[in-house]
Amino acid sequence: MQVLMQVLNGLQLGSIYALVALGYTMVYGIILLLNFAHGDIIMVGAYISWLVMAQLGMPPVVAMILSVLGCTLLGVLIDKVAYAPLRNAPRLSILITAIGVSYFLENGAQLVFGADAKVVPAFTDVSTIQLGGASLSFAAVATVVVTAVATVVLTLLVQKTKLGKAMRAVSEDMGAARLMGINVNNTISFTFAVGSALAGIGAILYTMAYTQATPTMGMMLGTKAFVAAVLGGIGSIPGAVVGGLLVGFAEVIVTALGLSVWKDAVVFLLLIIVLIVRPTGIFGRTMSEKV
Amino acid sequence: MPADKKRRPVLVQVETPNLIPERDLGKMPVLQAEHLGIDFGGLTAVDDFNIAMGRTEISGLIGPNGAGKTTIFNLLTNVYRPTRGTVLLDGYDTAGKSVAEVNHMGIARTFQNIRLFSKMTVEENVLVGFGSQMKTHLFADMLRLPSHWRQEAEFREKARELLDIFDMRRFAETEAGNLPYGAQRRLEILRALATSPKVLLLDEPAAGMNPAETEELMENIQRIRDEFQIAILLIEHDMSLVMGVCEVVGVLDYGRIIAKGTPEEIQNDPKVIEAYLGKQGVK
Amino acid sequence: MTDNAPKGEARPVISATASKGRTGAYRRLPMPARYAINAILVLVFLVVGELMIDGGAISRYQSTVLEQVGIYIILAVSLNIATGYLGQLPLGHAGFMSVGGYGCAIFIVRMMETLGVTARDFVTGSPVCGLLFVGGLLVGGLCAAVCGLIIGIPALRLKGDYLAIITLAFSEIIRVVMLNIDSVLGFKLTGGAAGLTGIPGYTSFLNVFVVVAVVCFLIHTMMKSRHGRAILAIRDNEIAAEATGVNTTYYKTLAFVVSAFFAGVAGGLYAGCIGVLQPAVFGFMKSIEILVMVVLGGMGSMLGSVISATFLTILPEALRAFSEYRMIVYAVVLILVMIFRPQGLLGSYDFSLSRVIERVLNHDFPWGKGGTGKGSAPDAADHEPSETTDAEEVSADAGR
Repeated sequence: MQVLMQVLNGLQLGSIYALVALGYTMVYGIILLLNFAHGDIIMVGAYISWLVMAQLGMPPVVAMILSVLGCTLLGVLIDKVAYAPLRNAPRLSILITAIGVSYFLENGAQLVFGADAKVVPAFTDVSTIQLGGASLSFAAVATVVVTAVATVVLTLLVQKTKLGKAMRAVSEDMGAARLMGINVNNTISFTFAVGSALAGIGAILYTMAYTQATPTMGMMLGTKAFVAAVLGGIGSIPGAVVGGLLVGFAEVIVTALGLSVWKDAVVFLLLIIVLIVRPTGIFGRTMSEKV
Repeated sequence: MPADKKRRPVLVQVETPNLIPERDLGKMPVLQAEHLGIDFGGLTAVDDFNIAMGRTEISGLIGPNGAGKTTIFNLLTNVYRPTRGTVLLDGYDTAGKSVAEVNHMGIARTFQNIRLFSKMTVEENVLVGFGSQMKTHLFADMLRLPSHWRQEAEFREKARELLDIFDMRRFAETEAGNLPYGAQRRLEILRALATSPKVLLLDEPAAGMNPAETEELMENIQRIRDEFQIAILLIEHDMSLVMGVCEVVGVLDYGRIIAKGTPEEIQNDPKVIEAYLGKQGVK
Repeated sequence: MTDNAPKGEARPVISATASKGRTGAYRRLPMPARYAINAILVLVFLVVGELMIDGGAISRYQSTVLEQVGIYIILAVSLNIATGYLGQLPLGHAGFMSVGGYGCAIFIVRMMETLGVTARDFVTGSPVCGLLFVGGLLVGGLCAAVCGLIIGIPALRLKGDYLAIITLAFSEIIRVVMLNIDSVLGFKLTGGAAGLTGIPGYTSFLNVFVVVAVVCFLIHTMMKSRHGRAILAIRDNEIAAEATGVNTTYYKTLAFVVSAFFAGVAGGLYAGCIGVLQPAVFGFMKSIEILVMVVLGGMGSMLGSVISATFLTILPEALRAFSEYRMIVYAVVLILVMIFRPQGLLGSYDFSLSRVIERVLNHDFPWGKGGTGKGSAPDAADHEPSETTDAEEVSADAGR
């Protein structure tokens, strides 16, 4: 039983990381940008939930919708304002801009909401569900299911739809895609929208589990998810899921061993080891410069 | 290089598949490649490439676009690891060496798409080439010991002398990226020469040059060979340059050498005409 | 561009009429004179600063701020080696700083116990303390350099983003280790979350700026030598650098290790300036703060790093009342600079006083055409000279 609980914990944590990692992977896949602000979009999503439910007293469904919507809009806005002007700039410049945006969101939230944690009310009254003889945490089951569905939908979107084809074309060669009549800017915006919507869902699942919103919550969550994305091979959808689960399970195992203070170090060490062995992550493609 | 001195050269007897100019006969070929080949995935990009270059020979490699010419340069300099075959420089096997080590052994090259250190000055570009011959310790440089000044003055003078070859001394302090196109190509050659190579590989040195400039380049290639006593292998599309300066020409098509000989022989080889013009071109 | 620069027209490759543009020789300052000018500047700055502190014109608080300015200058110019000169993006500079800080502080505290030196001796000053100070900084620098080597070897095999991530991961590991190492060792080494306390105040205005001058000098001299040229060549074109015989692995590691070493030295100074070391201080945000300084000043410009480090350290102190807006302003400035001036405020331009004096000597002014020196001197007005400045001047400008 104990083991089963731990496995479920690992799955839950891993699923949240996977969901966030999918956002990183989507954006990286298309414009080769490590969107440092992604974690902070989740933070904004959590604050929206808190604002809608705790401050305005609206029902959880409204909070969920507004969170996802807010995150989506924020993601597209960030792209338009901060990243779009730098489409042709050196990669380093865009990366630093992303760091700037992350910094901005974090400190902006601190200024508006204060540094202390806000308690996000529960989304449902159901706390456990009975399965066979075992009672499982509702949040955990919901997280795993939502992530699985999101992964399947995302895979279908990228592989089967016209938009997905456009996304893959832009990621392969932006110039050629433009010449083929693909609206590159819209495609990139769409990618940001999808990635940020995932962040919004991630925010809801995260607050279900941890019921808190703080200005810096996106930082650690984002960094870990980011590690997960890189671990799995950034740009790859199955990679993000595998990476997320790996990171989640690593943390749960280390915590179960009573070494919870070392869990961050273990996750990062895992990343370093994977990158040394496979420099582009587990599912990553190698890219080399033409001489 | 010092490490290699201890190793005995692996002398391989080859029935010279290449023609070596008379003056180089009887000496060991400076560059030998045997059965060199590489596959990318399932695609064979280069297959069974053989060459034996005389010590002061100028050779040309021609062929249609995509025939694998630049790939051969990348194989000779270990940018790509060959799937098959060996490269011997002065009898030493280059297998397993890094690109920089191959350069230290004596192969220098230029690039088809110019690759200068564009934010550095012209002189500094050449000095990077001299880098492996400069021996000061990091701390001697950091503390500006006399050895630093001596060495720096010596090599700056050498660099400027090298620049004189193409009359570029006056651009010594210009940023390389600000040079006009032709001068950038020349600077790439000088930077390669600064590494004191035994073999110089030139990848389309005349690309983008007008006929007058190509004419000048032709004379200079010969002059460099005479002055530095090195072998030069060049890839070129400009037939006037290839036919005017090369002593031996190899024709590459679909990764294989289809003809080899003196410029006159090549010009009249029906296989070459076919490769360039298709079957209809052959009368 | 000089007058005889090519305009792109067909030019004989070897011409008989060589260099006819060189009419008069451009008068140059001899090397010793250049070094003397810079040394004097540093000296004047130090003496004036010290006199003002002794005379009370600069308060104790203000001089602490000045010390921090110096520390951030070292951090920025050292990060600039890896970012501006090598062209990589390490995100773990604070990690190296913390290793250096702990290394230096622990060394000095332990040595004090062994030698029976008290914290008071550092205030009054004694030869032993001077030795301890120098030794501590070297120990701190070496600890950081070792970490730089450990992470550099695997990290430098990776490109761009991956290098950024792996350095970030490493500095987070360092932070966690500093936080929890005591429980593993079973004795008190770093003091955990509460921090390492009881560090004597061995840092002063004078010794910080002497170190700043030395560090700037050493980085400058390294970059203006064969080692520096190899590093710059890798930044400009790695493939060509390798083909030109540059051992890229070696020089990347070298740049990384030197960068880490000086960050460690800065960490050592920081420990003595603040008196307490807590792992939480050296998080990701500290690395970003240092990166902002480098980027804002212009990657590859030592003077740029110095100016922006000075500015960004003094500004928040001056605007204490608005401290909560400070980070927002940081972020907005960073984004705006990247969008409107991606090369940073100064680009790769570096100021050189010697060059200014040379121009005066040669009547070569950007506004007048009457100069005699139309030779090979680069014209800074429309052409940013890539020849970087003499480091000593930069350090002399540091505290102005």
